[in-house]
Amino acid sequence: MGAAQQTSTAENAALFEFLLRMGDNALILGHRVSEWCGHAPALEEDIALSNTALDLIGQTQLWLGLAGEVEGRGRSADDLAYLRDGLDFRNVLLVERPNGDFGKTLMRQFLFDAWHYLLLKALKNSSDRRVAEIAEKALKEVSYHLDRSRDLVIRLGDGTAESHRRMQAALDELWPYTGELFMGDAPDASVAADGVAPEPASLKKPWDELVAETLEEATLKTPADGYMQKGGKRGVHTEHLGFILSDLQFLQRAYPGGTW
Amino acid sequence: MYAQMVKTDGARVRSLDEMDPVERAFQERIDAGQKIEPKEWMPEGYRKTLVRQISQHAHSEIVGQLPEGNWITRAPTLERKAILLAKVQDEAGHGLYLYCAAETLGVSRDEMYEQLHSGKAKYSSIFNYPTLSWADIGAVGWLVDGAAIMNQVPLQRCSYGPYARALVRICKEESFHQRQGFDILMNMVKGTPAQKALVQDALNRWWWPSLMMFGPSDDASVHSAQSMAWKIKQNSNDELRQKFVDQTVPQAEYLGLTVPDPDLKWNEEKGGYDFGEPDWSEFFAVIAGNGPCNAERLDARKKAWNDGEWFRDGLVAHAEKARSRRQASRIAAE
Ligand SMILES: [Fe+2]
Ligand SMILES: [Fe+2]
Ligand SMILES: [Fe+2]
Repeated sequence: MGAAQQTSTAENAALFEFLLRMGDNALILGHRVSEWCGHAPALEEDIALSNTALDLIGQTQLWLGLAGEVEGRGRSADDLAYLRDGLDFRNVLLVERPNGDFGKTLMRQFLFDAWHYLLLKALKNSSDRRVAEIAEKALKEVSYHLDRSRDLVIRLGDGTAESHRRMQAALDELWPYTGELFMGDAPDASVAADGVAPEPASLKKPWDELVAETLEEATLKTPADGYMQKGGKRGVHTEHLGFILSDLQFLQRAYPGGTW
Repeated sequence: MYAQMVKTDGARVRSLDEMDPVERAFQERIDAGQKIEPKEWMPEGYRKTLVRQISQHAHSEIVGQLPEGNWITRAPTLERKAILLAKVQDEAGHGLYLYCAAETLGVSRDEMYEQLHSGKAKYSSIFNYPTLSWADIGAVGWLVDGAAIMNQVPLQRCSYGPYARALVRICKEESFHQRQGFDILMNMVKGTPAQKALVQDALNRWWWPSLMMFGPSDDASVHSAQSMAWKIKQNSNDELRQKFVDQTVPQAEYLGLTVPDPDLKWNEEKGGYDFGEPDWSEFFAVIAGNGPCNAERLDARKKAWNDGEWFRDGLVAHAEKARSRRQASRIAAE
């Protein structure tokens, strides 16, 4: 294999990795959000959450579809979603955190949305036209997700003593899972060098500002950046992912070769 | 149906001559096919019956999210997951339109929830059955939404304006629900033998409960006669059930399935199917709270409501704070 070819193989692998991360974040968060369906604290919230889940599942189809194309081994978005085991999933740990109470679900959504929004905005200028196109479409949806989760975090933080207490507890519990969003590795460096995606660390400052401003309005206290949990991006997950996958993949595993 | 055996208050339907002038004018408007709007005079019985019917329908939509929601996380493809999410979301929307329609009759959504949670208000018997396999999601769309359409399409012409208009919006979406259900089954019967077996099993379990959705024969029911006179019910239960069977049996045949009724036979003379009698003792047991999932369904709704109290209170408190802050800044500016 020549040197040029080797580079392009490595670049391709990094792009594949990046696309899996995008798709898996959307898939696993969409899965978690969809668990609320029929159980939300108000009918309007049920509708809004289904909407968010629906957007995220739609984005999953796009990212994983492109991932399969880039990989070039004939795997579809469904193959990637339904027939990989946990060690091949690339989502950050934050999105697999259990739903907890509605406050924790909203806080997880806000912390993720703020990052997702900033990343998609940057991806609109990706050197890869296919990535830019997906980002453009997803950004419209995610801007709305962020408006909504941000607004609810503010209202509940600055609501009753009880709602304030719950939102602060959710924030404190989830904070150690936010660091992974900004940690880069070799595939990140590769796609950044190609102008496909920004370096994860470059999103940290605008994210800190957006989050701090929101939390201040919500009268919530930003936790200090202590030890940060990590591993999801390279396939080392929490115990929760296995259970998510056993639900998600049950039918494809139990009825191999079925038509749906 | 989504509203089953809705009671009216009177002992019998009175003739125009027996009515006082105000009520007579009201009945004549209904007879002429005019719509009644919220602010207008209406007999108390009409109002109460409609509240029962619309709230029962609304409760059915939101409880109905649960058996289908049960399979969202396990849907077999991303596409199926998205379609099911959209469908269940529609049902929540239907609940919302219907609660709003009922509110125009002077009852609040919280009061209606209270009645659902206390067991005072009913919802359709069908949602007390479990969804045990993915084929059940197909069967629910095909049969349950199919049965709902039978009843709701004519109700778009019902006499109460807000209910009629809510039903127009609802019916547009219900036919998509039925099609997606049928489509799930179409794909599965073309799949492996194990998949086809799931589909037959789903039909075996859902067939009779679907026929029961229309309620027992009401040809002799005063309540139904009164509701028909008020044009808030358009067809008898038996009429709708017959129509449903006639429409559904050929579809089952198309899928290559056997309808679990040994008495099912085409009757050339009546131009429809003869079919067996559902087990009404099962129906009454389910209505009385003894169906396989009554307790789970109601517990899930109550849990959602109780666990969400702090959330709703938080939003109210924030709105009050924001209002008083606005007031304070207005005073400061003056
Ligand atoms: Fe509906
Ligand atoms: Fe329905
Ligand atoms: Fe429906």
